[in-house]
Parts: sequence; C-alpha cells; structure tokens
Amino acid sequence: MTTLTIGNRLDKEDTAVQSEHDRKNTLTSGHRACQGCGEALGARCVIDAAYKATNGKIAVVNATGCLEVFSCIYPENSWQVPWLHSLFGNAPAVATGVASAFRVSGDNDMRVIAQGGDGATCDIGMGCLSGMFDRNDDVLYVCYDNQAYMNTGVQRSSATPIYTRTATTLPTAGYIGNAIGTGKNVPEIAMAHGIPYVATASIANIRDMEEKVLKAISIRGARYLHVHVPCPLGWGYQPSETIRVARMAVECGLFPLFEAENGVLVGSTPVDNPKPVEEYLRTQRRFAHLFGKNAPADAIEAIQRIASGNIEKYKLSGGF
Amino acid sequence: MLLQLEGSQAISRAIALCRPGVICAYPITPQTHIVEDLGQLIHSGELKNCDYINVESEMAALSVTIGSQAAGVRSYTATSSQGLLYMIEAVYNASGLELPIVMTLGNRAIGSPINIWNDHSDAMSVRDAGWIMLFPETNQEAADLHIQAFKIAEVVKCPVMVCVDGFILTHAYERVDIPSQEIVDDFLPLYKPHVSLDTKNQLAIGTMVPPEYFMEVRYLAHKRQSEALGIIDCVGKKFQEKFGRQSGELIRTYNTENADTIIIAMGSVLGTIKDTVDELNAQGGKFGVVSIVSYRPFPAEAIKAAIGNAKRVVVLEKALAVGIGGILSKEVELVLRDTKAKVVSTIVGLGGRIITKKMLADYLLQDHYEAEVFLGLNNETVEREHKSIKSCCCKQKVNQ
Repeated sequence: MTTLTIGNRLDKEDTAVQSEHDRKNTLTSGHRACQGCGEALGARCVIDAAYKATNGKIAVVNATGCLEVFSCIYPENSWQVPWLHSLFGNAPAVATGVASAFRVSGDNDMRVIAQGGDGATCDIGMGCLSGMFDRNDDVLYVCYDNQAYMNTGVQRSSATPIYTRTATTLPTAGYIGNAIGTGKNVPEIAMAHGIPYVATASIANIRDMEEKVLKAISIRGARYLHVHVPCPLGWGYQPSETIRVARMAVECGLFPLFEAENGVLVGSTPVDNPKPVEEYLRTQRRFAHLFGKNAPADAIEAIQRIASGNIEKYKLSGGF
Repeated sequence: MLLQLEGSQAISRAIALCRPGVICAYPITPQTHIVEDLGQLIHSGELKNCDYINVESEMAALSVTIGSQAAGVRSYTATSSQGLLYMIEAVYNASGLELPIVMTLGNRAIGSPINIWNDHSDAMSVRDAGWIMLFPETNQEAADLHIQAFKIAEVVKCPVMVCVDGFILTHAYERVDIPSQEIVDDFLPLYKPHVSLDTKNQLAIGTMVPPEYFMEVRYLAHKRQSEALGIIDCVGKKFQEKFGRQSGELIRTYNTENADTIIIAMGSVLGTIKDTVDELNAQGGKFGVVSIVSYRPFPAEAIKAAIGNAKRVVVLEKALAVGIGGILSKEVELVLRDTKAKVVSTIVGLGGRIITKKMLADYLLQDHYEAEVFLGLNNETVEREHKSIKSCCCKQKVNQ
C-alpha cells in the first residue's frame, strides 16, 4: 500500500493522477452535482485514471441516474470523452455493443467503461450486468454506490444498508427502517461469475482507487469496480464531510476494500484498530433513529456484527 | 440465385448480404430460425467480420445493437411478440438516438393468454415508437425488404422494423431469389456512420433534453418520418431497377381501378385476399386490393389516391385495440374522412386463427356490412363464456 508521505508525493511515478496539473479532468467543472457529491468525485477520478492509462482511448457508457443527469443536460456537457447514455437498466449491454463495434472495426486500442449508480447496477441493470459478466465481454463496469436511489429522491435500493432511513423505508413506531436480512453483495455476485477482476474502492482512498482502475484497464474481459460514494443529501451530513464519512465507513469495516481475480479474493486493505460502527452511524441523519430515547434495542449491535464479519471475511486485520 | 428456402433462411441470407458488423439476439418463437441461421453463417465463416452475440434477454439484444450502432457499426437484431414488449424501452430509445438499426419482427400474438401464433398485435404495440415499419407480403419480399431496410434506415437516420408474419412466412418454404453479393454491395454501400463514439470527433450521445428543446426534437422526428415516405418509395423503385422485381415501396394496388369495394391489408394475408378477389371478379365482382407495405410512416396520400372513387373500403386487420376496436381501420378512416368511401373494420386471424378464401368470399359477397366485424369468431364460445356485468356499484342497471 502506498502512503501519503512527502517523499512519495514528490516521486513522479507514485503521484496520483488527480494530483497531476495536466490531468484530463474528464468530468469537467460546471456540471450540476450537489456540493460534496461523492459520485462526481468518484467518477472523475476513475475516468481520469482510465484516460491516462489508455492514452485517451476510452468511450464511456452511462446508465440513467444522478451522474447522467447532472453531467449532461442539453446543450451542456461536462464529459471530455466520447460518452453514450441509453437507458437506466441496459448500460452493461450497451457497453457490450460498443466493445463489439470497436473489435469489429479493428479499433482494438479503444476501451469501454460502463458506469452507473447502485440502482442501475444492483437492481434494474442486474440482468444485463450478469449477462455481460457471463460472456466475459471486454468492459470495465464501475458502480458508484451511494446506497439508495438518490436521483429520484432517496428511495431504498438493494444496496441500502439495514436499518437505513430512506423515503421508502421511513422509520415509524414499530418499524425500524430498511429490514435486516435484506440487500445483496454485488462485488461477490460479480466474483461468482469468475470474471478476471473485481475490486471495491472508496473515494476516501483515491490512490488505491486509481491503482485498481489501472489494474482493471491492464486486463481484457469483464471487470467490475464497486466504489463507495457518500451522498450528503441522501445520507444527511454536511457536504464538507463527504471524504471523512467515506473514510469512516472503511475504518469501521462496513465498506471493505478488496480485490479478487477469477473469482478468488487476492487482497484487501487492512483496517488497523477498527473503529466502532457507532461513530460512523452517528455522522448521518439516515441513522439518527438508531440513537436516543426511542432507539430500538440491538440495532447498533446488529450493524457492528456486519462490520466485524467483513473484517474476518475479507481479512481486514491483515493476512494477505 | 433461385433457392428453395424457409422464410427465415431467406431473411438471414439477405441480412448476411448486407454485411452487418454486429448481430445480437435472444431466442423467441417464431424468430428463432432467423438468428440460428445467421449464427451458422457467421460461425462457418461465410459471413465475415461480423460479431454474433448471444444475450440474456431482448432488452439486452436491442441494447447491444444500440451500443454497436452508436459506435459506428451496422447492426441487426430480431424478435417477436413478448420479446418486443420486453425491449420496448430500448425500442423508443433506438429511434430517439436516431440509430439506423434494422430489426426483424416475426409477428406473433401477445399474451395473456399466451399464444405463439401469428397476428400483428406486437407490431401495433410499438406503432408510435418512431421506427419505420415495413410489412412484406411474401418470403421474397421479406428478403428484399431487409436489403432495402438498411438503405432506408441509413438515409433517414431512423431504425427500421421489418414485420414478417410469424410461421406463415418465417416457417414456410418457398422459392426465393437470393441476389449476388456484388449487386447488393452496389445497392447498399458500406455504412458511413453519422454518429460514432470517436475520440477525434468527441460526442455526448443521449443527453437529457429539457423542455426548451424537447418538442423540437420530437417534431423533427415526425417531420423526418414524413420525408421518409419519399425515401421508401425511391429506394423501392431503385431496387426494382437494379434487381428486376417490384418489392417494397409505400403501397401496392391490385385491380383498384373501377373497383366498388377495396380491401386493405398488410402482410401475408394479401395472397389469400388477392386469390379470393380474382375468383369474385371472375364472377362479375368489382373488388380491388391495396397492400400497405410502409405502415410507419403511414402513406396517407398514396392510400387516398389508390382508393379513388371506391364506395366501400374493407380493412382486414390482424390486431385489436381493446376498448376501441380496429387500429389500421381507424387510421384509414381518418385518411378517407373527406371521401364518400365507407370504411369497414374487420378483425381477422387473431392468435393464428385461420383465414380461408371461402371465409373471405362469403364475407365480401354480403349486401350489408356491419361497421365492425370479427370475422371467424365462434359465437357459441362467446355466448357460453360471456358473463355480462349486470349492475354497477351504485346498484343501477348498466346500459348494455
């Protein structure tokens, strides 16, 4: 793992793409994302890194969602790369078609990235995503996971954590919020397809995320990157806190950073002295009902068990 | 070359001659033989430089072709019935993005109740989706229209759906002339994309369009379709010039001059209609036929001109808009609203119900026509199964 010591920063080879003065800025300023948007930051970092790794030979397919809406309202466009938006649930299939067209045209240097939020990825586009994985199509799919349907006003998705307050899981007397025992782990679903590369990343660790993008670009076939991107509006925290909230999710074990190749876990970022999940949960209004006088018993413990389970499962105490 | 071919094979050979770069499909009866045959042509090396992609759903099938066509490669897919409904969001998307994809629709009924046989319900469900929709009458025309479809699509910048009657055409063996590669290459040059995901000419395709521009976008699509009427006609004539047979164009007329009664229909049923009309006219009848080839754009002027002074227009259609009745007949009625012709809506052949010459002859020879007829309906079944709503929630008697 790289560190952020002065020495590393001065060494050109170890410099983050984001810190380079001549980075492409593929998602350029002027778009309409909210202040502190984790997804905007994640998408810019991912596509900038991919742009650099391919010498600009990339095309991006975007699913419907916040990222599409805030970046590209006619006649304005923030994208500095060839970009295609078709529908909410079909981005992986559209990307398959784009990759196929490049191959047939003999344009083998051109690489394809598909991207969408957790709704597009884990819910409505799941069939197309699984099909793209199944055929091992030459597409890097990036999911920016902010854990609910933010674009439509914060409704539950299958990536919404348990006990979360969303517009469709509003806690009331006798109802604690998004039910325990629900949700799906899409990076593991991707791994179950046996595709060459699967990784998770956080916008709190840009160097790590960039490295994973570079690695993904160096591989042909279906690849999946799942990026944790906090949403100030949907989660209920100050826009200035996005990176801190993202970092806390990693540091408590709720969002494990790992890599898998051909379906096998090959590495994870250790979490030294994991923080209690309570500290992370307290930063966000979507978990406010878990605290105070009327707080349900055992809710924090249940979430802590998930974090502890992750620490063991992904060997976050070290072991790689 | 004249070959004894199944309709699906004739279509797949025609597609192969058009040199597509990406073919993508998900199986659904009765479209399957087309994509099976194309798969063989590609995997055997007969069709070169073409990617064949097996996908997990119709939504993916059309979405893959949206991606490949947007990236600048001639692309093709095929579907039927439920499959068309499953991809309907992408159907609208493809035309909105102005992508000249060609898709075969093996026409089949829509459930429930599930039914795999032929009618036009599937095509009618996307009649407003902004695609050009062509209906061939024979297997020869089905093959020919696919060659024309790529040309029309690429000139108009609009996807084209060739609507081929399931089983009746797709599964019937007939003698079909498959043209040479040279003549097709001459008719249909290599695809020069008007958009692509090119790094040199960087575009954002498929952006959100706000109210300030949206109406113009929709109006321009409509305007372009009306201009497409001329293109379809021109491409059909050019085809005849080059290939030596009439296929396509907007409509075709048969014995319409001096006809009292003109029958309007689309697709394979026209063969049965023309045979019936021949027999009736031999006994002194005055029947003519108008075949609609281009259903979208709708050739209103051509239909009006072809009807001339006929007293009665019998529209035979294989689809039903529940709650209002015929679909094609309503459109014909609108076109003929300023004429004296009386339009009769006749629903036939739903879900593969057989249409015979005798049935048509008996129907056409009657003196009095109801405004709306379900031809071939078994009234005994209807009376047995129909349970009339006797009263409303307010306990008042319902008007029957």
